[in-house]
This record gives sequence, C-alpha cells and structure tokens, in this order.
Amino acid sequence: MAATLAEKILARASGRERVKPGDVLEPAVDLAMSHENGALVINQFSEIVKDTGLEPRVWDPSKIAIIFDHRVPAESSKTANNQRKIREFVVAQGITKFHEIRGDEGGICHQILPENGYVRPGAVVVGTDSHTTTHGALGALAWGIGATEMAAVWALGRVLNVETPPTIKVVIEGKLPELVTPKDIILYLIGKLTAQGANFRVMEFHGSAARAMTISGRLVLSNMSVEAGATSGLFVPDEETVRYLREDAGVKEDIPLIAPDPDAVYERIVEINVSDLEPQIACPHTVDNVKPVGEAAGRRIDQIVIGSCTNGRLDDIEAAAMILKGKKVAKTVRMLVFPASGRIYRQALERGFLGILAGAGAVVMNSGCGCCLGIHQGALADGEAALSTTNRNFKGRMGNPNAEIYLCSPAVAAASAITGVITDPRKGA
Amino acid sequence: MPKVVFKVGDDISTDTIYPGRFMATVLPTETPQHCFADYKEFNDKANRKELPEGGIILAGNNFGCGSSREQAASCIKGHGLTVVARGIARIFLQNAVNLGLNTIIAPDVVAGEGDELALEKGALVNKTTGKSFAIVPHAPARQAIIDAAGLIPYARRKLMEQHGKRA
Repeated sequence: MAATLAEKILARASGRERVKPGDVLEPAVDLAMSHENGALVINQFSEIVKDTGLEPRVWDPSKIAIIFDHRVPAESSKTANNQRKIREFVVAQGITKFHEIRGDEGGICHQILPENGYVRPGAVVVGTDSHTTTHGALGALAWGIGATEMAAVWALGRVLNVETPPTIKVVIEGKLPELVTPKDIILYLIGKLTAQGANFRVMEFHGSAARAMTISGRLVLSNMSVEAGATSGLFVPDEETVRYLREDAGVKEDIPLIAPDPDAVYERIVEINVSDLEPQIACPHTVDNVKPVGEAAGRRIDQIVIGSCTNGRLDDIEAAAMILKGKKVAKTVRMLVFPASGRIYRQALERGFLGILAGAGAVVMNSGCGCCLGIHQGALADGEAALSTTNRNFKGRMGNPNAEIYLCSPAVAAASAITGVITDPRKGA
Repeated sequence: MPKVVFKVGDDISTDTIYPGRFMATVLPTETPQHCFADYKEFNDKANRKELPEGGIILAGNNFGCGSSREQAASCIKGHGLTVVARGIARIFLQNAVNLGLNTIIAPDVVAGEGDELALEKGALVNKTTGKSFAIVPHAPARQAIIDAAGLIPYARRKLMEQHGKRA
C-alpha cells in the first residue's frame, strides 16, 4: 500500500484507501486561491450556475482566498473595474481570506498564503496561477488551474476529473557553498530536467540539502518546479515546517504531518549533489537554458529586478542589502526591489535593508507581480537586458519581445547591480 | 481538408500566445484580437482573413507552457483554429479541454505551412507529404469533458446531481 506524498494527499481528499497514477479523482479542495483573474472566474461561475435554479453561492467562502497582486495599485480603469467587481463579489459571498491593496495585509498571493497560515501539510490547494506549486514547500499538494476550472471548484468544492500524476523523486544531497542558494539549485534542476521534463508529473524533494533548507528556500524550489512543467513540487513536512507555521504564520491549531511511505513507487529518481554547485543563470528565452554564472559573466545589464513570488522574501532582500551595503548601483543600471508582501516590506524596513538598497540607488517598489510579467511597471526597451530573481525569461515576458531576460539568485543580482554586468557574487564586485 | 495556417517551434509560452499586457481583457469575444499579438505574421494573416475556421496552428513540444492564463486558450478558440502539437503543457491542455479548443497531440508530426492534415483511422496524416503520424489520445479524464462539450456544461451537470436535480 506504499504511496508517494501526492498519492497520500489525493487519496485522503478523495475518500479512498489508496490511489495510483492514472486514477481519475474528484479531490476535495482545502484552499482555492485567485488574484485579479477572479474577475474571469466570477463570469464562468455565473455560467455554471445559470439555468440550474440554484442560488449562485460558492461552496465554502472560508476556503476561498483572493489576493490583489498582479496590477497593484490599478494601472488602468479596466483593472480597477475588475478589482471592484471582485470586491463586490467578496462582500456578497462572505469570502474571508481576502487581501486588499494594503501595506499591512497585502502582498503577492504566494507569500500571503504561507505567511498567514492558510496552507497546511497534506492540504489540497488550487490556484488560478501557475506558480501555485509554491505551496508544496509546506507539504501541500498545490497546483495551478484555469479560471473555468476554478469556477467549477467554487461551485462544487472539488476539482473535477483529476488524473493522479506519477511522481519524480528529486534527491538533493550535500551542503550549499557560500553565496550559492536554493534558487541556484532549482535553476540547475530545471536545466537538467528541461522545461517539459516534469510535465504531468509531481516532483517530491528529498535529501540532506532539502531537509536543511528553511521554508523560505523550499518555497523557491516548489515555486519554480512548474518551470520544469511539474503539476506540483512537494517537500516532506518536518520540524522546520512546524516552526514556520508556528513562529512566522502564527498557527495555533494542531499541525498533523504527513510523509510518503519509504517504499513508495516513483516514476524516476533524480539525484544531485550541491556541495560544488556554482551560481546559475537561466539565459534567454527559456528557463531551461541554464549555465553556470561564469559562462554569462560580463553581459551588460540594463535593469535588475529583485522580487516576485520566487525571490522577494526577507532573506532575499537581506542578501541583496548585505552585498550592496556601502556600494552603489552602477549608473547604467536601474535596480527595482519588490518585497513579496507588506509584512516583508515592513520587516525589511525595520531591519534597515530597504534603506541600504535605496541608498545604493535601488528603487523600492510596493509589493506586486506586475514587473515579472510585464503588465505593471518596469517594462524593458528594445534591445535591453534584464537580470532578475523572478521565475520566467520567456520572450516578451517583461513586456517587450525585443528584450532579453536572465534569471538568477538575489546574490548574483546584487553583485551584478554594482558592476552593471552579470557578475559572480563569489568573486566580489 | 484543414491546412496548417501558422507554424511555431518548441516551448511557446502563454506569454507569447497571449501577452500579459492584455490580461485585464477576459471576455472570450474580446481575447482573439490579442492572439499572438507580437507575431506580425499571425496578425497579418488574421487581417487578410487567411485563418479559416478549422485551420491548424502547428506547434513543437511544450506548447502553452508557463502562465495559467485561460485567455491563451480562449483567444485561439475564438479564431476557430485547432492546435496540433508535438506536446502540450498541462495547464494549457486542461484549459483547452475545458473551453472546447480542439487539440491534437502527435509527438512526431512533421508538416509545413500550407500542408493539409487529416485524422484517418486514429492517426494524423499529412496529405501533402503522404506521411502518417501516431497521435496520443486524450486521457479519459479529459475526454469526458470534451464529450460534454466543455467544463461549464460538465460542471453544471455535476452541480445539479449534487443538489438532487435532473439536468
């Protein structure tokens, strides 16, 4: 009866003793997350309920989370109208996990969910955002879905026709060298697996380096597991998961843990050792075009971005601030910093990190996703290159198909900000 | 016989199919105008009405990777086109199934723009070159939604069953 973590979670959520890859299920949902695209979900939800004679009520307003983060504050009347439509729906339905455009409670959805304790080990989480995989860091099976699929979840409280995915076991051994980070591990893994290597599959992270990682680091790996195509990227919840949920997220209730069986069946096992890993760079225009930083070093950069659901957390901002302390951002570079949430913004402010970064020449922005996907601030000019701690370097991603995007860790981004060219942080700037 | 009207390579992301700057537009009646917005060739063809209903977008591996934005599926469906690809990323494929965008996965397909493709006896045949390619059938979980003409009618039926009503 051996099961992977994903199989255990799906079995519980589907009321079954066990499930195997290929089984078609209707798992119950513990948390359903949307952002501004909730406006489209509302339309599709109305379509489903239409002509049924039923009241248009969501299945459980306490299990729906809506966070404004993609275009905040609204950049156009169209977005403002979408946001207003969602606010009205939130009030009408009594949705409780709603996060406004505010400095106290707002932020990027994939930071808001963990830091508020909304995600628990063993939970089924779906979100109308591909980076919903992030929440696998806490041992939840979390995956991205489209707006129509979310509308069905709002109506029914379960995901229809889920095909149980096979699992790839990823064993990460060794100890990370100084200035080499979880971001470098996931970039390296995506390069190894390719952008479609885990399509329709779950990644389950194991090994000494995975266990040694803080939740902040685990969130980076789970977040970007979708860039290898993965449905979800899970860590086995442990004492660090409990520590995070208690200390950072303020969870008071019991936190039951869940683990895969030792003899669980994996489709494939991928083993890496990170003790000699170098900082990695994903070069244009695919996330799997990954090289050690040395091979891209010297490339002139016009814009540096630190932030996003991948690398906008307090330790990311701290790493950048420590490198930029007493230094200046090169005159040829624009550096933008987006803390991942209002809480992180305030913590980074109190600890002096934001002052260091702004004093060095960076612009500290409000928390949000817009720059990463080219929809709100930080657009690139034709022929420009960005070096970014975000998660995607697709052609056109930052709003201009005639620009290039390189992806890296906060340490590489900060070291490169000083020189104006891609720089290995271990060699200093 | 449907023809390949537009051909793209591997790893075409939903950012390419439907650029983020148009994401505030959500209505299926409005999304087609932004389909492949940064591809002049596609837009020229659309303007010249050279994208006939049933025409084929031929793609490589991992088509529709990246963002879950459903507009990427709805904008292609709005043009009445079919996607034939060597491989399709999970979220895009599910969105296509949910919205009724026709997709065919043929891992070895080889064809050029203008070639005529047809489904014959469970295989994809390039009528122009005479070559035949195996197709990967949709998983039963997705085929059930296709057979119901999309997720909205499928979910509506489930909802009524849940409330003890007859569809």
